[in-house]
Amino acid sequence: MSTRLSKLGRLIDRTKQVSFSFNGTTMRGFAGDTLASALLANDQMMMGRSFKYHRPRGVVASGAEEPNALVGLGEGSRFEPNQRATTTELFEGLSAKSQNHWPNLDFDIGAVNTAFARFLPAGFYYKMFIHPQPFWKHVYEPFIRKSAGLGKAPDAETRDADTYEHFYAFTDVLIIGGGVAGLQAAKAAALTGVKVLLVEQTAHWGGRAPVDGGTIDEGPVDKFVEQIVSELETMDNVTMRLRCMGAGIYDHGYALAYERLTDHAPQVAGPRHRLWRIRAKQIVTATGAIERPLSFAGNDVPGVMLASAMRDYVVNWGVTPGERVVVATNNDDAYRTAITLKNAGVDVLRILDARASGGGALADEVRALGIRVDPGKAIAKVSGGKRVKKVSICNQEGIGGARDEVSCDAVAMSGGWSPVVHLWSHCGGKLIWDDAQAHFRPDPDRPPLGADGAGFVSVAGAANGALALGETLSDANAAGLAAAKAAGGKAKRPKAPLGESAAELPMEPVWLMPANADTPLRVKSWLDFQNDVKVSDVQLAAREGYESVEHTKRYTTLGMATDQGKLSNINGLAILADALNAEIPQVGTTTFRPPYTPISMGAIGGEARGEVFQPIRRTPLHDWHDRNGADWEPVGHWRRPYAYQLPGESVEAAVNREVKNTRENLGLLDASTLGKLIVKGPDAGRFLDMMYTNMMSTLKPGKCRYGLMCSENGFLIDDGVVARIDEDTWLCHTTTGGAERIHAHMEEWLQTEWWDWKVYVANVTEQYAQVAVVGPNARKVLEKLGGMDVSKEALPFMEWRDGQIGGFDCRAYRISFSGELSYEIAVAASRGQAFWDALTEAGKEFGVMPYGTECLHILRAEKGFIMIGDETDGTVIPQDLGLHWALSKKKEDYLGKRAQQRSHMADPDRWKLVGLETVDGSVLPDGAYAVGEGTNANGQRNMIGRVTSTYYSANLDRGIAMGLVKHGPDRMGEVIEIPGTDGKSYKAKIVDPVFFDKDGEKQNV
Amino acid sequence: MSEPISALNGARYDGIATIEELGLQGMITLRGDLDEKGLAKAAAAATDQQMPGPRKAHVTDDSGLCWMSPDEVLVLVPYAEVEDKLAGMVKALGNSHALAVNVSDARAVFRVSGTHAREVVAKLAPVDLSDGAFKPGDFRRTRLAQVAAAFWMEEDGAFRIVCFRSVADYVFKLLKVAAQPGSEVGVL
Repeated sequence: MSTRLSKLGRLIDRTKQVSFSFNGTTMRGFAGDTLASALLANDQMMMGRSFKYHRPRGVVASGAEEPNALVGLGEGSRFEPNQRATTTELFEGLSAKSQNHWPNLDFDIGAVNTAFARFLPAGFYYKMFIHPQPFWKHVYEPFIRKSAGLGKAPDAETRDADTYEHFYAFTDVLIIGGGVAGLQAAKAAALTGVKVLLVEQTAHWGGRAPVDGGTIDEGPVDKFVEQIVSELETMDNVTMRLRCMGAGIYDHGYALAYERLTDHAPQVAGPRHRLWRIRAKQIVTATGAIERPLSFAGNDVPGVMLASAMRDYVVNWGVTPGERVVVATNNDDAYRTAITLKNAGVDVLRILDARASGGGALADEVRALGIRVDPGKAIAKVSGGKRVKKVSICNQEGIGGARDEVSCDAVAMSGGWSPVVHLWSHCGGKLIWDDAQAHFRPDPDRPPLGADGAGFVSVAGAANGALALGETLSDANAAGLAAAKAAGGKAKRPKAPLGESAAELPMEPVWLMPANADTPLRVKSWLDFQNDVKVSDVQLAAREGYESVEHTKRYTTLGMATDQGKLSNINGLAILADALNAEIPQVGTTTFRPPYTPISMGAIGGEARGEVFQPIRRTPLHDWHDRNGADWEPVGHWRRPYAYQLPGESVEAAVNREVKNTRENLGLLDASTLGKLIVKGPDAGRFLDMMYTNMMSTLKPGKCRYGLMCSENGFLIDDGVVARIDEDTWLCHTTTGGAERIHAHMEEWLQTEWWDWKVYVANVTEQYAQVAVVGPNARKVLEKLGGMDVSKEALPFMEWRDGQIGGFDCRAYRISFSGELSYEIAVAASRGQAFWDALTEAGKEFGVMPYGTECLHILRAEKGFIMIGDETDGTVIPQDLGLHWALSKKKEDYLGKRAQQRSHMADPDRWKLVGLETVDGSVLPDGAYAVGEGTNANGQRNMIGRVTSTYYSANLDRGIAMGLVKHGPDRMGEVIEIPGTDGKSYKAKIVDPVFFDKDGEKQNV
Repeated sequence: MSEPISALNGARYDGIATIEELGLQGMITLRGDLDEKGLAKAAAAATDQQMPGPRKAHVTDDSGLCWMSPDEVLVLVPYAEVEDKLAGMVKALGNSHALAVNVSDARAVFRVSGTHAREVVAKLAPVDLSDGAFKPGDFRRTRLAQVAAAFWMEEDGAFRIVCFRSVADYVFKLLKVAAQPGSEVGVL
């Protein structure tokens, strides 16, 4: 059984008991435990079931690389699936549930998949589920969804109860990893005076060196860590963060670090996670190395663990995973586990060293402790279902016959060490194959390159393949110093501390145990624990023609689980290389992509949730609208009232009321959102003549002109009324959504093309509250408020004047988008509400009512006015809309002019704007297409047009619409067919798009 | 006539920093050749400040000049005087090619102060706000989360933040989130 030892446990506080629950059972651990160590202390070796075959699985590692021990953590609004027990710090009240089983962890129906394993080979999705087609939807997909998958998604209706944030940090040198290498690199860098940011993913400094032993400067490693940490803490130029994982490295020295603030202490106030968005001149990855499993049959049985993890549990948390342990290895390092276990009072039955020559100094030490060492031996098979029961032993060289058996309850395995090269690789760092240590390590000659062509990432310590303590420290010291120099640090030569550890004999690569394992063994030899990929799967893929490691990965799903193959990667591609009869470096690795381990969606979103998920732009009248029944419509980031509902009134009824009232009495519209751009300078007229299709330079001060704007490809991009303010100043109104876009469009042309023209543009959209005063009583209300002369004579249609109305300084434009007598009055935004209040009060006797955007749309459609975004969609040119009158023929050029002369633009078959009147008065469906004779090559009915705007007009008491129709203007009076998606087919007559007051008498009073 | 009202009418929040919406601030966008003597003189006359260099602000109380771009400076004047100052500036600029326009009402202004003010702003703006890199008188035209903003540091270490009026509510709420209790980063 796995149990708590009476001593050891450098990270736990035995005086502080912590209670938690696993699958509803209450258990106890200590402060400082991880969930994994606490579960082991409670003899809970089995922690989940596998993805595909639902095999019982136990914890195999002790850190971020853990593939098996994934749990659902928390409840309700704090539930999160797929959390690694090995990186989850224990806290009082923690609640965890294992995954991938039904009805429970001990008895799982899905485990029957194992029996059918031979029907679920590599690529089985592709092979099995293609035919027959209907089976996919009704049989295969529901089956796969039920049986596969890791943790459950949180309930769709819950909302994450926590908050998150980003933090922008700038540093000279960023060091990722706070083991002895990271600490020493930080010190070497910091001594040169540069700014250093050191991040460590766990809650402790020092990494695994204190567990592995040896001495630094003749003292214990623990002591060194304590000392160097306190030294760094006193340095002003050093920032140190625990529980902060370097997640990704990107171009230009950009890096992300993921800080887990309250995962270990959920009762603490503040954000749960913080995403550090870092700019560093130089980055040093001191990310250590990960031990590789050995591929033998039954290497996934709970109780089989990495040798290093096993000694972590003993030393760090005072927990032993078993009482009788067998160690299998191809290197000297695993002997440390045997020594650690033995010294902790655990029986170590045998060390099976795959190397015929056996181990070095550490092996001698082991033998001296009375442990049996069997050189040249291997594990043929581990037996046991939910727990290791026995190990069958064979020769490493062979197919796995002539077995000896040892009964035991835990197996420690070590296949050598792979440097964590992920962060180095994220931004293009290349790897080289190290034959001696049988691993890929960073190629110092091919680092990720910065904008200056020089490398901006370097590697320190075990991550660089410098595995022995002495090498680790000197390598890290040099890396820290070099990075600091590259970041502008003043040369100092800090001496590397002297690390000493037992001399080790070379490891020998072992990719399969035994070397020529027969098929029954290979189908039980796991490579990827989380995705259930076995040696036999990769070999099958190779036989089926998969040569590229990237293809094999996807075909077999090797390395595609949430752990991204941290344990399986190298073993898998070694098996592939062997099957392809190629060298490992020829096969290469798959791509390492950020993040290093999964980071929360909350951290990625940062503060952007709830009220600040997205900015909402508010006009100065927003609150009034809100208090007065506004049914909101998003327009860009603005919210505009679609209509104002009276108590008990439907939105539709409100729209109809507003439409009638504005035509009959007086309507007020908040037009503040319309863009207002000031264009000024000696060349402003010339510039606007290029921007607009019509002539703006000839406009007289005091007058307004409606203008169209096209892209250089001739398509309509915006429209609006332009007012000439003085000799060299114009004010251009844009659409609501167009203000920033058109401002940028103007700046772009000024900055890149006509940089020598004397023109300045300023966006003054928000300076003003602009109110449209519309309807037969518009003049009366303004006259009642008093001030400037707004008579027909003093302020004619399409002119503007500055003055005062009701005591408010304002600019009054006599313009109309409704066909009514209409003024748009601009006042300072900070006086907008007061002005609106004055209009509302004064307008009472004239039947004043506010109206929303839908009313605005209907009024303009009744008049046949186009709307950017309705009649245009980026493919429409002014000619399509019958706007030839707005295309200046006098001007030599304007943006879009030449494009509009292209053959397709001048094609008489282009769909053109017409009015559409349903024969029965009904309202056409929006966006519906009109169909013509015959069918196209795909057997679909030919289309001859589409509806661009369609409304019920309360004024006309019928549906009105506009649309683009092939040869439309030549087909007045024809009836066309427009099928809807409601099963009905509509009949509409082609008519003039102006439905109301064709002569414009109402606005011209 | 009624009093002009700023976007949030003086809203305030106390977290790890204090967030205050300030009242209306007179602001004039001045575009032109910043090296041109006449322009610098016109700007100085309106504010009693010298033309700042790139990414700097010269501000005393509510008068000052903020560098916005190589051809744009933000002129701060008392709100009540903005029309007079603008008229004076336009007159002083004469026929030189420049644009001066009142944008006072298009903006909202916040003050973020307290021990953790730097950290609160650094959660939202991609700017190096460490004390070695950002000092009183430093100015940035940047963004706060998803919207445009500009800010400078005052003598006492507080930030003065300018954003568009329409997003004042968003920016206030953003700053509140960034200043929530327990969210000290502990590095700036």
